Amino acid sequence: MTLAPDHKPTFANLSLTDRLGKAMPVILVPILIVLGFVAIGAPSSWLTLTVSGLAMGMMIFIMASGLTLVFGLMDVINFGHGAFISVGAFVGVSVLIALGDWTGAASLLLNMAAILLAVVAAMAVTGALGWGFERVIVKPVYGAHLKQILVTVGGLIVIEQLIYVIWGPDEIFINRPEMLKGAVTFAGAAMEKYRLLAVGIGLVLFIAMRMVLRRTKIGLIVRAGVENGPMVEALGYRLRIVFVGVFIAGSALAGLGGVMWGLYQEVITAGMGEEMMVLVFIVAIIGGLGSVEGAFIGALLVGLLQNYVAFLEPKLALVSNIALMTTILMWRPQGMLPVVKAK
Amino acid sequence: MSEPILSLRGLHTDIAQYHILQGVDLEVPRGQVTMLLGRNGVGKTTTLKSIMGQWSAKSGQILYDGQDITRLPVSARARAGIGFVPEDMGIFRDLTVEENMVLGCTTGPLDPARKDWLLSAFPALGTFWHSEAGNLSGGQKQMLSIARAMVEERKLYLIDEPTKGLAPAIVSTMAQALRELKAQGASILLVEQNFSVARALGDSAAVMDDGRVIWTGEMAELAANKDLQERLMGLSMETH
Repeated sequence: MTLAPDHKPTFANLSLTDRLGKAMPVILVPILIVLGFVAIGAPSSWLTLTVSGLAMGMMIFIMASGLTLVFGLMDVINFGHGAFISVGAFVGVSVLIALGDWTGAASLLLNMAAILLAVVAAMAVTGALGWGFERVIVKPVYGAHLKQILVTVGGLIVIEQLIYVIWGPDEIFINRPEMLKGAVTFAGAAMEKYRLLAVGIGLVLFIAMRMVLRRTKIGLIVRAGVENGPMVEALGYRLRIVFVGVFIAGSALAGLGGVMWGLYQEVITAGMGEEMMVLVFIVAIIGGLGSVEGAFIGALLVGLLQNYVAFLEPKLALVSNIALMTTILMWRPQGMLPVVKAK
Repeated sequence: MSEPILSLRGLHTDIAQYHILQGVDLEVPRGQVTMLLGRNGVGKTTTLKSIMGQWSAKSGQILYDGQDITRLPVSARARAGIGFVPEDMGIFRDLTVEENMVLGCTTGPLDPARKDWLLSAFPALGTFWHSEAGNLSGGQKQMLSIARAMVEERKLYLIDEPTKGLAPAIVSTMAQALRELKAQGASILLVEQNFSVARALGDSAAVMDDGRVIWTGEMAELAANKDLQERLMGLSMETH
C-alpha cells in the first residue's frame, strides 16, 4: 500500500466575525426576546407574550416543517399543504367532540388521552390524504413549478369544498379540555396552560425530527436528497419512495398542527389552512427552503415578533411578518440556513 | 474470452435539442481498466451518464453483466453493482465525511476492514472524518468521491475525470487506489484527460469523436503509436 503524500492539515480557529456569521440565525431568537423585554418594560407582560409567541411559533413550525422538506427534496411547491391543516383540525375536533366526557372531565389523564386520540386520528387521516394527494395531484407535475402551483391550489379548493360537504359551512367552536383551560401564574405573569403544552409538544417534535434527520440512515438520505437528489439515486437509493414517505409525514404533521391551532384559536373553519399558509410560507422561505432547523428558527421569530408587535403597536402586527421576511431576505437572500443545492 | 461486463450497442442520447451520442458501440472487459478518451465535448461524460441512467438513452441497448439495463432507473443500476464517480464529484457538502461514506453503503453498515483500507489509501479523509465535506479541499473532495464509490464492492466503476485539476502527488494517490481496486477484480470504465494516468492504468482504450467510438484497442498500442494518437485525438499523448 502506498500512502498518500505526507499531509499535515492544521485546524485554524474561525475568526469571531465568521463564528458570529454562522451562529447569527440561532442568536436572532434570544436577541429578539431581549429586545422585546426592553421594548415592553413590564416583565410579567413580556413573559406572557414570550410564551405566547413561542407557542405560536412552535405550531407554525409543525405545519411548515413538512412543506420545507417536500420542497427541498423534490423541488415541489405544494400550495395544497393548507388543506391538510384544515382537515387535521376538523378530524381532531370531531374526535374531541365525540370524546366530550373525557375532555369535560376534571382529569388531566383523560384530557390528554382525548387530545392524543384526536391527534392520532388527525395525523392518520391527513397522512393518508397526503399519500393520495401526492399520487393523484403532485406526481404528474414533477419539475413544472407553474403547473404545481395551479394543480395544488386546485387540490386545496377541492378539499376545502369537501370539508363543507362533510362538516357543513359553519365554523365550529371548540372548548379546550377542562384541565387545559385557564392559566398558571409565574412571577406575576399569567401563562395559558395550553400554550405551555404547545411549547412542550413543539420542542419535543423538533428534537425528534432533528434526531431522525441527524442520527438515522433515512434522515441521512433525506438530508443528502435535499442537497443532491440525482447523486443519492446514483448511490442506489430510491428517492421517489423516500419523497412519498416525507410527503406523508409532512401532511400528517400539518394535520397535527391543524388540531393544535384549532385548540389554540378555539374555533375552526375550512379556510383556516389556507389562511395559515401565508405564515407557513414566510417561515419556510426565511428559514431557507429545505432546512428544518431554519424553519424552526423562522417560526419562533414569526411567533415572537407578531406577539410583541401586537402588544406594542397593534396596527403594525399585520405587516410585522412581511417586514421580517423582507429584512431577512435582504440580509440572506436564500434564507437564514439555506441548503446548498448541487448544480 | 469471457463475456464483457458492459456492452453498449448503438447508443443514442439527446440532451434537450442536441443529439449528443450518435450510436456509441463499446465493450468493457471484466476485470480490466478501460480508458474512454477523446477531446472535450465528444460525449464521454454523456456516455457515462447514459450508462448510469442519469440521461435516458433515446435508442440503443446497454447490456450489463448479461442483463439489459437500458430502461432501468438509476437506483436499480446502482444496486445492480455499478459505482459512479461523476465529474462534479457529487459530494454532499452539508454532510460530514463519515456521513458521505455511510451513504455509500447501501447493503449494510460500513465495513471496518474496508474503511481501514480506504483510510490508508486516503489518510486525509481520516483526519477530516467528522468535518463537513464542503470544507474539504478540491483534492480531498475527489478522494472522498472515489472512496465513497469504493466503500462497498461493486462489479463496475464508472469514473469521470478523477484527476482533473489535482496536484501531481494526489494524482499518484488516486492512481494507486484505482490500481488496488483493479487488483481486487473490479472492472473500471475511466474517463481521463491525463494521458500519463491513462497510460499507467489502462488495459484497453476507446476513443470517442462526435458522439461515437471511433477506435478501440489495447491501451499499450495507442500509447505507442503517436500518429494514431494525433489522428484520433488531434494531439500526441507525449505533449501531456
